[in-house]
Amino acid sequence: MSDLVIQIVDLTREYQMGEDRVQALKGVSLEIARNEYVAIMGPSGSGKSTMMNMLGCLDTPTSGEYWLNGQEVSRMPDDALARVRNREIGFVFQTFNLLPRASALQNVELPLVYAGVSSRARRDRARAALERVGLGNRMDHKPNELSGGQRQRVAIARALVNEPSILLADEPTGNLDSATSADVMRVFDRLQAQGQTIVVVTHEADIAAHAARVVTLKDGLVASDARQERIQAA
Amino acid sequence: MAFNTLWTQKLKSFFSLIGVLIGVTFLIAVVSIVQGMNVYMEEEFANRLVGLNTFQLRRMSDFNMGNVTEDMWKEWMRRPRINNEDANVVEARLGTPALFSRSCDEQGKVTVGNRSAKGINLNVVDAPYFQIKNYEFASGRPFTAQEARAGAAVAVIGAEVAEKLFPGVNPLGRTATVASLPYRVIGIIQKQGTMFGFSMDKFVIMPYESPARRQACRLAFMDELHVKSPTVAQMTAAVDRTEELMRIRRRLRPNQEDNFAIQTAAGALSGWKQISTVLFAALPGLVAISLVVGGIVIMNIMLMAVSERTREIGIRKALGAKRRDILAQFIIESATISTVGALFGIALGIGLAYLVKALTPLPASVAPWSIGVGVFLGVAVGMIAGVYPASRASRLDPITALRSE
Repeated sequence: MSDLVIQIVDLTREYQMGEDRVQALKGVSLEIARNEYVAIMGPSGSGKSTMMNMLGCLDTPTSGEYWLNGQEVSRMPDDALARVRNREIGFVFQTFNLLPRASALQNVELPLVYAGVSSRARRDRARAALERVGLGNRMDHKPNELSGGQRQRVAIARALVNEPSILLADEPTGNLDSATSADVMRVFDRLQAQGQTIVVVTHEADIAAHAARVVTLKDGLVASDARQERIQAA
Repeated sequence: MAFNTLWTQKLKSFFSLIGVLIGVTFLIAVVSIVQGMNVYMEEEFANRLVGLNTFQLRRMSDFNMGNVTEDMWKEWMRRPRINNEDANVVEARLGTPALFSRSCDEQGKVTVGNRSAKGINLNVVDAPYFQIKNYEFASGRPFTAQEARAGAAVAVIGAEVAEKLFPGVNPLGRTATVASLPYRVIGIIQKQGTMFGFSMDKFVIMPYESPARRQACRLAFMDELHVKSPTVAQMTAAVDRTEELMRIRRRLRPNQEDNFAIQTAAGALSGWKQISTVLFAALPGLVAISLVVGGIVIMNIMLMAVSERTREIGIRKALGAKRRDILAQFIIESATISTVGALFGIALGIGLAYLVKALTPLPASVAPWSIGVGVFLGVAVGMIAGVYPASRASRLDPITALRSE
């Protein structure tokens, strides 16, 4: 058995919408090994967003199991989930989700604050993370002083600073033009080459093309799960 | 981080801390002024007007700070005056060592050449009076026992009288006309300053037996008998003994109240004590009202902040903030607003106290404990006001929060 980071067994998620019960996920099973690069695709309404929330431990399933890095997280209480999000997951969002009033460095330090890292170590690690994404000279800039691509790289630095088990990206290039998109995808490729496990949720085929494996959801179920020849960004 | 957020929203923060600011300003200013008054009343007013270890036997007390009803006033006016025989008996049978001086006084005019001054306190006393009042002489001397006994036409004048009537000349040996009678100035008392804005230096002191007495009181009667004991204990004993002697002389039955007044420094303070007690009793209520209002304002500002910053809360939660992290963040923020308000309030209160001190005769001294209470209230109000908004923030669902704009 290979080294599994994510193991999902028959996961369901139901929402109460007024009188109706809506099943967003109807029994998804999925295994992701360490250092895999997986794209999760699907049209809107396919359960893609719910899947992303589940993977990111922002939501808990109605039934089924979710093992993340050896821990069963599907039944954890709020604060335990917060700890898992802090230690195991690095988020990259479509809208970057940086704190507007904080500098790049402060933004990157934030997960370390919640991990209880001392302020000196925080600074050092946040600097190193920003240097890894090529923003060593922009540390004191506020998000509104940075370009979209730079913002997303700050967000990637923030996602990586706590050395998470998975990097979870939700439409990471949705707000970027094609040149900066390629830029961000190159960062992802490089991270994967360095051993990072990456899960990208996207509806764009050319983004998914960077992944070695594409999982397609449809109507709350896995419609296909295929390995493919990766396209490396030039 | 809390400071950062506050600084970027200066105006909003200012309005939110104004309630706490007013409350704490009020606390500091009132406490300072009342405390200052206390110090003043104890150290200055009572001891200067009445004197240390000193009491006065009078027909009625002349410091009346409480309510004096018409009935009380009528009763006082019916009382017999203190006469020479009363003074002789107290002096002869007091039983403890003491200095005695009879005293009568009257407001009147003093003339020197073509200058005159009105509203001067014309005071006739016995020789020990200067010792009883602890007066220091700027120049000259008090009148002697012989001069007093003989009723010599000599006078000791206050600093302001000297300045007004003898500008540029040495008053010693010169003549001043008091009640149409010529008096030779033999001494000048050092400047006493003001009390509640009134000059304490507008007086002329003359021997009790001198002719001016006829202006001030009727034959054989006096306004007051001053008695000074060497120690507090002896004064207490002397007060009791004097009351006893007077009750016997006035043939008062045990159920009858004194129909005379014995005025001590402590007694003069009792009226003020009542006023300050009332002020201190009302203060917590007034401060509490403004702090409650301030707390509600802060709570609303914080609720607004929570809804404006929902997305930020979502981000923080996604990055691993636990409920108590968010809770702590907003409570600290709220306590910071409120504490900043309290600090400004302390500064403003101290400023106000000094302003009062500078612009009015009322003294003010800032009480260190009131600053401590101010800071504590600031922190406490902020924390309490922050609990509800912060707990709402901490319970936000991260998914919904992340999606909000």
